Amino acid sequence: MSSDRLLEVSHLKMYHVIRKGLLGGKFFIKAVDDVDLTLDRGEALAIIGESGSGKTTLGKTILRLYEPLDGKIIFDGRDVTHISGKDLKRYRRETGFVQQDPYGALPPFMSIRQILEEPLKIHKIGNKEERLEKVYKALEEVRLTPVEDFINKYPHMLSGGQQQRVVIARSIITDPKLVIADEPVSMLDASVRVEILRLMESIQKKYQLGIIYISHDLSTTKYFSNRINIMYAGKIVEGGPTREVIYNPQHPYTQFLINALPDPDANNRFVKRDVPPGEPPSLINPPPGCRFHPRCPLFIKGVCDKEDPGYTYVNGDHFVKCWYYEEKR
Amino acid sequence: MGTDLEVNDLYLYYKTLKGIVKAVDGVSFSLKNGEAMALIGESGCGKSSLSRAILRLLPRNTYKYDGVVKLDGVNVMEFDDEKFRKEIRWVKISYVPQAAMNALNPVIRVGDQIAEPLIIHLGMEKKEALEKAAKMLDIVNIPPDFINRYPFELSGGMRQRVAIAMALVTDPDLLIMDEPTSALDVLTQANIMNEMKDIRKRMKLTIIYITHDISVSSELADKVAVMYAGEIVEFSDAENFFKEPAHPYSKLLLYSVPTLRVDREPIFIKGQPPSLIDPPVGCRFKDRCPYRFDKCDEHPPVVPTNGGFATCWLLEKR
Repeated sequence: MSSDRLLEVSHLKMYHVIRKGLLGGKFFIKAVDDVDLTLDRGEALAIIGESGSGKTTLGKTILRLYEPLDGKIIFDGRDVTHISGKDLKRYRRETGFVQQDPYGALPPFMSIRQILEEPLKIHKIGNKEERLEKVYKALEEVRLTPVEDFINKYPHMLSGGQQQRVVIARSIITDPKLVIADEPVSMLDASVRVEILRLMESIQKKYQLGIIYISHDLSTTKYFSNRINIMYAGKIVEGGPTREVIYNPQHPYTQFLINALPDPDANNRFVKRDVPPGEPPSLINPPPGCRFHPRCPLFIKGVCDKEDPGYTYVNGDHFVKCWYYEEKR
Repeated sequence: MGTDLEVNDLYLYYKTLKGIVKAVDGVSFSLKNGEAMALIGESGCGKSSLSRAILRLLPRNTYKYDGVVKLDGVNVMEFDDEKFRKEIRWVKISYVPQAAMNALNPVIRVGDQIAEPLIIHLGMEKKEALEKAAKMLDIVNIPPDFINRYPFELSGGMRQRVAIAMALVTDPDLLIMDEPTSALDVLTQANIMNEMKDIRKRMKLTIIYITHDISVSSELADKVAVMYAGEIVEFSDAENFFKEPAHPYSKLLLYSVPTLRVDREPIFIKGQPPSLIDPPVGCRFKDRCPYRFDKCDEHPPVVPTNGGFATCWLLEKR
């Protein structure tokens, strides 16, 4: 393992428990099921998936907002899979989280200053003056300047883009090494999205932050990530360097996903897009074997519906988990 | 059936405690029978208000509502509210509101919900209306026996298709859709767009289609209208627009879209859209425009372009 490695997740499992009926039968939503991923310092990794694919649960489990059922999370050389108490608090300080809805993520009754000071107080960082200095620095970092104009405002007085900047400032104020951003721009207007992503990119480069972008939007992440992982129904089905995955997709699901996304072009209205039949499976009772097999045009009977496909390496780091390629080898 | 649509100098202002909100401020454009127009712009630019103005779905604090809306040459703005409700709304013009899939009544079977406008507006018998509803479900690719299901038994994409079926059931001439796919996943969105393309072949319809997603707008649009701060700043046919828009705002908006197949670093537009209560004098985009010059303090002229028109001093021939 190189010393550049910040995060190593292996065989991670996180099931949500639900109870149904009066007799309290227990069911599991297998939101994250045997997921491996790695992240280097200063690297941006995108996890792409549709709603219900488990991508948010994956992010929250890595942040240890959920306790994993199985598997391992190694962060900065330490096993954080089941830590608690002081160790967990230290982990919280070293990680940051940016949520989708900035307004929902900011307490409406606290001023921007209070919001940014809170993590510092919780982690007992600095005295009063040093904390204020850090708040100023963070606001400058996210370009909410002049700081005096913003520091005493309340969240509702800011625009969506400005609110998201506050959320980003809060996520980096404890100098974390890892930030997970869950759909950080999907609530914002197209014209503002790029601005926010550029901002995150510059912070990431400056501090050698590891960032995991969780998103449904391939075209945006193309410009802001080094690597992409594609998630379907609780599993990662393909991954690799961003451009490799986008220009040379291997998994049938990735191919459908890319095909379904339009670029602005007047000819789009004359073409129909190739869409797989059906819908993503329920994660309570997912199909056996490859979870995409009921919708897959390359489905091999007796193979795809029996066992989970393993890794097939296509080109360097670019991998796909699909029986079609494993059989072909 | 479809209809020619002509909108001329349409205004819709709201009165609020902070002042008069000029949500639709002198909007004009026209569409030929069977054309689909994408109405694009940032949030708060007045695009939903424009659709409400055409449908005459006005809130109580309406301050000014004025202009001409012609369907096949008939100015429906002259109709009184009762006549408009009976003869126009949901008969000639129908509507798929934003987040329509969440607006279905949870305790009424979807078939009954689709049939309702037929019974209310066209006075159809219930049995006949339900048969038509089943046919509509088939058109939007939902098995017809789903008329007996409740909304919670359907997925998000299916509920959105029900909302579209509901809007199409009365055979309207003009269909207005407000962000019809913005809450949906990529594959579901592609599916709905495929269906809209089919529907356009099967039924002749004039469509206005509101979206903030420029990539998705190109899936349906023959024409594109760009709205900024209550005004239409560019109206163009799709070919010219997606190749080379004329207005500086349209250009920046188009180049802010990250493209998947082509490598083009996306840019962003500095600043924020102005308040609609007190918009800047002259060109409303001038404070964010990289080409601003002294003329911009006066209201820009409507200049013909290759694809339609744009309102910008830069384009004016000297």
